[in-house]
Amino acid sequence: MIHSLFLINHLGDIFLEKHWKSVISRSVCDYFFEAREKAVDPENVPPVLQTPHHYLISIYRGKLFFLSVIQTEVPPLFVIEFLHRVADTFQDYFGGCSESVISDNVVIVYELLEEMLDNGFPLATESNVLKEMIRPPNILRSVVNTLTGGSNVGETLPQGQLSNIPWRRAGVKYTNNEAYFDVTEEIDAIVDKSGTTVSAEIQGVIEACVKLSGMPDLTMSFMNPRLLDDVSFHPCVRFRRWESERILSFIPPDGNFTLMTYHISSQNLVAIPVYVKQSISFFEAGSCGRLDITIGPKQTMGKTVEDLKVTVHMPKAVLNANLTASQGNYTYDFTTKLLVWDIGKLNPQKLPNLRGSLSMQTGVPNPEENPSLNIDLKIQQLAISGLKVSRLDMYGETYKPFKGVKYVTKAGKFQVRT
Amino acid sequence: MSTGVSYNDQGGAEAAVEAGQESTPTSSSTGAAFGLFSADFKKNEDLKEMLESNKESLKLEAMKRIVGLIAKGKSASELFPAVVKNVASKNIELKKLVYVYLVRYAEKQQDLALLSISTFQRALKDPNQFIRASALRVLSSIRVPIIVPIMMLAIKEAAADLSPYVRKTSAHAIQKLYSLDPDQKEQLIEVIEKLLKDKSTLVAGSVVMAFEEVCPDRIDLIHKNYRKLCNLLVDVEEWGQVVIISMLTRYARTQFTSPWTEGAEFDENKAFYDSDSEEKKDQTEAKPYIMDPDHRLLLRNTKPLLQSRNTAVVMAVAQLYWHLAPKHEVSIVTKSLVRLLRSHREVQYIVLQNIATMSIQRKGMFEPFIKSFYVRSTDATHIKTLKLEILTNLANEANISTILREFQTYVKSQDKAFAAATIQAIGRCATNISEVTDTCLNGLVLLLSNRDETVVAESIVVIKKLLQTQPTQHGDIIKHMAKLFDSVTVPMARASILWLMGEYCEKVPKIAPDVLRKMAKTFTAEEDIVKLQTVNLAAKLYLTNSKQTKLLTQYILNLGKYDQNYDIRDRTRFIRQLIVPNEKSGALSKYARRILLAPKPAPVLESAFKDRDRYQLGTLSHSLNLKATGYQELPDWPAVAPDHSVRNVEIVEPLRESAPIVGKTKQPKSDDKFYSDDEDEKEEEESDSSGSGSEDSSSSEESGSESEEESSEDSEKTSSDSGKSSSGSEKSSSESESDQKKKKKTKKAPQKKSKPAGDSDSDENGNGPVGQASSSSSESSSDSESDSESDSGSDSPAPKKKTEEKAKPKVAVNSKKEVSLLDLDDFSPAPTNAPKPSVLSQSLLSDLEGLSLSNITSTVQYSRAAYEMVK
Repeated sequence: MIHSLFLINHLGDIFLEKHWKSVISRSVCDYFFEAREKAVDPENVPPVLQTPHHYLISIYRGKLFFLSVIQTEVPPLFVIEFLHRVADTFQDYFGGCSESVISDNVVIVYELLEEMLDNGFPLATESNVLKEMIRPPNILRSVVNTLTGGSNVGETLPQGQLSNIPWRRAGVKYTNNEAYFDVTEEIDAIVDKSGTTVSAEIQGVIEACVKLSGMPDLTMSFMNPRLLDDVSFHPCVRFRRWESERILSFIPPDGNFTLMTYHISSQNLVAIPVYVKQSISFFEAGSCGRLDITIGPKQTMGKTVEDLKVTVHMPKAVLNANLTASQGNYTYDFTTKLLVWDIGKLNPQKLPNLRGSLSMQTGVPNPEENPSLNIDLKIQQLAISGLKVSRLDMYGETYKPFKGVKYVTKAGKFQVRT
Repeated sequence: MSTGVSYNDQGGAEAAVEAGQESTPTSSSTGAAFGLFSADFKKNEDLKEMLESNKESLKLEAMKRIVGLIAKGKSASELFPAVVKNVASKNIELKKLVYVYLVRYAEKQQDLALLSISTFQRALKDPNQFIRASALRVLSSIRVPIIVPIMMLAIKEAAADLSPYVRKTSAHAIQKLYSLDPDQKEQLIEVIEKLLKDKSTLVAGSVVMAFEEVCPDRIDLIHKNYRKLCNLLVDVEEWGQVVIISMLTRYARTQFTSPWTEGAEFDENKAFYDSDSEEKKDQTEAKPYIMDPDHRLLLRNTKPLLQSRNTAVVMAVAQLYWHLAPKHEVSIVTKSLVRLLRSHREVQYIVLQNIATMSIQRKGMFEPFIKSFYVRSTDATHIKTLKLEILTNLANEANISTILREFQTYVKSQDKAFAAATIQAIGRCATNISEVTDTCLNGLVLLLSNRDETVVAESIVVIKKLLQTQPTQHGDIIKHMAKLFDSVTVPMARASILWLMGEYCEKVPKIAPDVLRKMAKTFTAEEDIVKLQTVNLAAKLYLTNSKQTKLLTQYILNLGKYDQNYDIRDRTRFIRQLIVPNEKSGALSKYARRILLAPKPAPVLESAFKDRDRYQLGTLSHSLNLKATGYQELPDWPAVAPDHSVRNVEIVEPLRESAPIVGKTKQPKSDDKFYSDDEDEKEEEESDSSGSGSEDSSSSEESGSESEEESSEDSEKTSSDSGKSSSGSEKSSSESESDQKKKKKTKKAPQKKSKPAGDSDSDENGNGPVGQASSSSSESSSDSESDSESDSGSDSPAPKKKTEEKAKPKVAVNSKKEVSLLDLDDFSPAPTNAPKPSVLSQSLLSDLEGLSLSNITSTVQYSRAAYEMVK
């Protein structure tokens, strides 16, 4: 399936290569560089490319290209999903996925890649299994290792791979047993000029951090599970229980994992927490423009909107912005044409406002389209869909764990057209 | 929990090793020696020395540096002899790094690689399964043809290994050996055949992968394993699922008849729910189309995988439904596909491509989700264009106004390539939906006054195409374009206008010559493409209106004659010969009019994804729109289904008689009781769900009360004390046990299906509820069978059948509805306040029993700690 992997930095240098079958010359990447050149923006490089003898499937993560070489038919999503899993693993191991991090840990990276694929077919991709085989680096161990010549490779063999629950390692022990669940919802919305919602959907995810000894069996039930009609689960969740009772029943992996994601589509009514009043106009005469943005609360369910931020990608012709913000402060980056207004907390009594003039390049025709506003916000202790965890029970172990659920709502791809 | 701090430190340490040869961490003498060398070729010398030293740490350090070299793509092959000596090292990390090296360079240094073989052969006999597996893994990865017989032997032995992990490795090794030496195919197929029979979920994915690589055409090997694979599917690791699903898609296409016929809706369910083979035969004869129960089994067992976190699995199931499910069932995949659109950019790209293909054939599937395809300014360009493609495909009379409004926004986009694509899309909507053709045309004409050249150019090109499709009453627009001609500067657009003038010069007899006059003035300053069209226009006008344009044409032809561009000179010469009759010109000039003013077929504006459906969805070939190497054509449905009895497993025959006995003897055992209870319980859950789903009024009180108990237990664990609940549940479980016994006596049918599940139970006794849940889930057919039985346990057999037939089809057809109905249960207050003993807790206890691998206590207590909130 996957023949080779090349890691390429943003300058177009190949800084790591790994082959699972016979070696493929790195010249194959030239086809990719060609496409990369053509695309201008790295985001625009087509993920699937064809060369005379090979197929190239690439992903772009953290300013790096993960480029895999394929020789025969394979579902492209299979490869893409796997490459993202590799990037996730690096993130998990090294806390980052940049060139310097990978080059610094090249041996561990190589060991990981060796275990993750056998002959191009995924072998061990569960973080828990991998961590049993190859220990993630940390300060203490690296010091000890340099002194004693010890290794990062686990002495024990990964039993997890054998069991029916490969995601959990055996013999987990904690003195404080705790399980935390973060319910995070992101609102993806498009709001048009007049303030009507064009489309709005919610992307929810339940992230868990479970540190429980032994083999706990958890069940999580919701107050209103019928909200969840489109879900995906971590493999540990039992489909059957969900289908019949709408209860999440699972033996959790150890540590951090994504328990489930759910999607509340635009067919449902989605509350939009803020409204935006804006007017952006460019004048033909005098080569200047005017900008006026006010934000107010709309449906916040009585909670405070925090970390409010407005990002505007200005047209090329805008040279500078001379604005006053009634709250927070703004920056305008001349080179990237990015206007960022960092508001902070939304005060319903005194609505934040940003207004002033934009100076334009002379002699350049006015932009046709007003730039759209991207809104960032955060609401603590609220899942905007109304989802609530009603209870969490643990079976299989006798101790009493500490359990906690946290809700937060964020703006995902929240766009206001102007 | 590694953190940023830690990796920095580690990084520093390694970087020092990588970069500075001076700072060898250990002995000072060697360190000094290394310091002297810095040139690349000599660096390898010191690595050699390090490898040959007898300090483990030095060797390890050297190997790490060598791996660093390999990773950078630098050659380290000359170190082969020094490295290969360490293949038998005791240090695991060192050994692993040596393996990495060996696999990388063995092909180049075949003779030396042989030195290591004996080590692996020894390791293949190691009592530790992981050592056996890793030895086989490396041995089979060494691409040295001489050792093919050794590999063959090792694979055969490993395929019979007790450890499923080793068997999995052998399945991987099959592919490696096959690529090394395809002559071994026959022998390898034997091994594959053997491994396909394996019941372990670990092996299933890998062996199917080997099957796909070595002998994808040997579909006969699958027959006997088909049902097992379907049943195991939920428990196979995610990557294996993808491979198995795509293989089963192909398999199903060869073995079952097409479900895409009229009247298939009602019969198939009945056929499915009765897994009795005798009845099956009867039905196949009687009805026009009945879905094969095995076909249904596949659809059933893949459906839950739509909820996988792995996007490749979701896509695989989606394509399976697309290619195999009856038309009305395909739409259950829609939601899941739309969900994937929130994933990474690359995933979006592939999913959108597939949706684009699907949306051409089945608009209805995605129409409710049309808003999910609205474009954001932050999307990458290729994502935008794909979304646009889908929106265009989904456009119909009802939603066109909304879509056009969206398009209006897109046209103004700063991303000009995307704006241009939008104009194309508007053009397509205009041709497809005749109601809006005029609106679109007017809109496009308005765009002609746009300030952006690409937009104007694209509009003109699209208008040109639109006018070609219906040229009759659009003289106005042509006039308008003539007016715009002075302001338009994009060559392509100017050329398009000129072409339009020429083509419809008879509709605008007064304007066309005037445009030509203007062109004559500016001819020399125009772009080549415009010049060519000017010559073209001149020629056409000369033929239709030579009185007015003769001189102009001559003038332009003269200009063209001396143009710098040879294309234009050539064209001019050709046109002159063609239209101006003289002695030398042959017969051709007689036909000049017919040649130049021939009616031209209108360009067809259609989706770029029109013909992509010839490829299986989700494949690389589909994504590239060309046949990739190794693409397996998806066969057409056979007209007549091959014999379905080939899928009957031989062992089933004796078991049909023996199964009830086995079940009985097993149940009294205390260990197994838990599982069988669980099994029963699960079945009852099933009955519960189907009962409520179908709103079957005849569902017996028994199951009704049980369902209440279950749900009450779920929500009200706090109030019931464990002792009470366990005793209570024991009682109810024994009831259900007896139920089951009764059932087994009364009917033979269920055993056939439930048999594989029973097997997996005994396989996975130690591993608990996942296997449990799935085994019960996977044998859905027998579940539902038993449901109906427990439902109507007290009834006479005759009404039982009736309810079965009445209720079940509804459930399957309205599978969506079923879900929503189930949800309403959450709102019924009754069960929450009734703390009753229940079956469920018992099942959970049993789950736990299976789970806690080490310390099993039969009376497990669960803490019912109150639910807390963290601020």
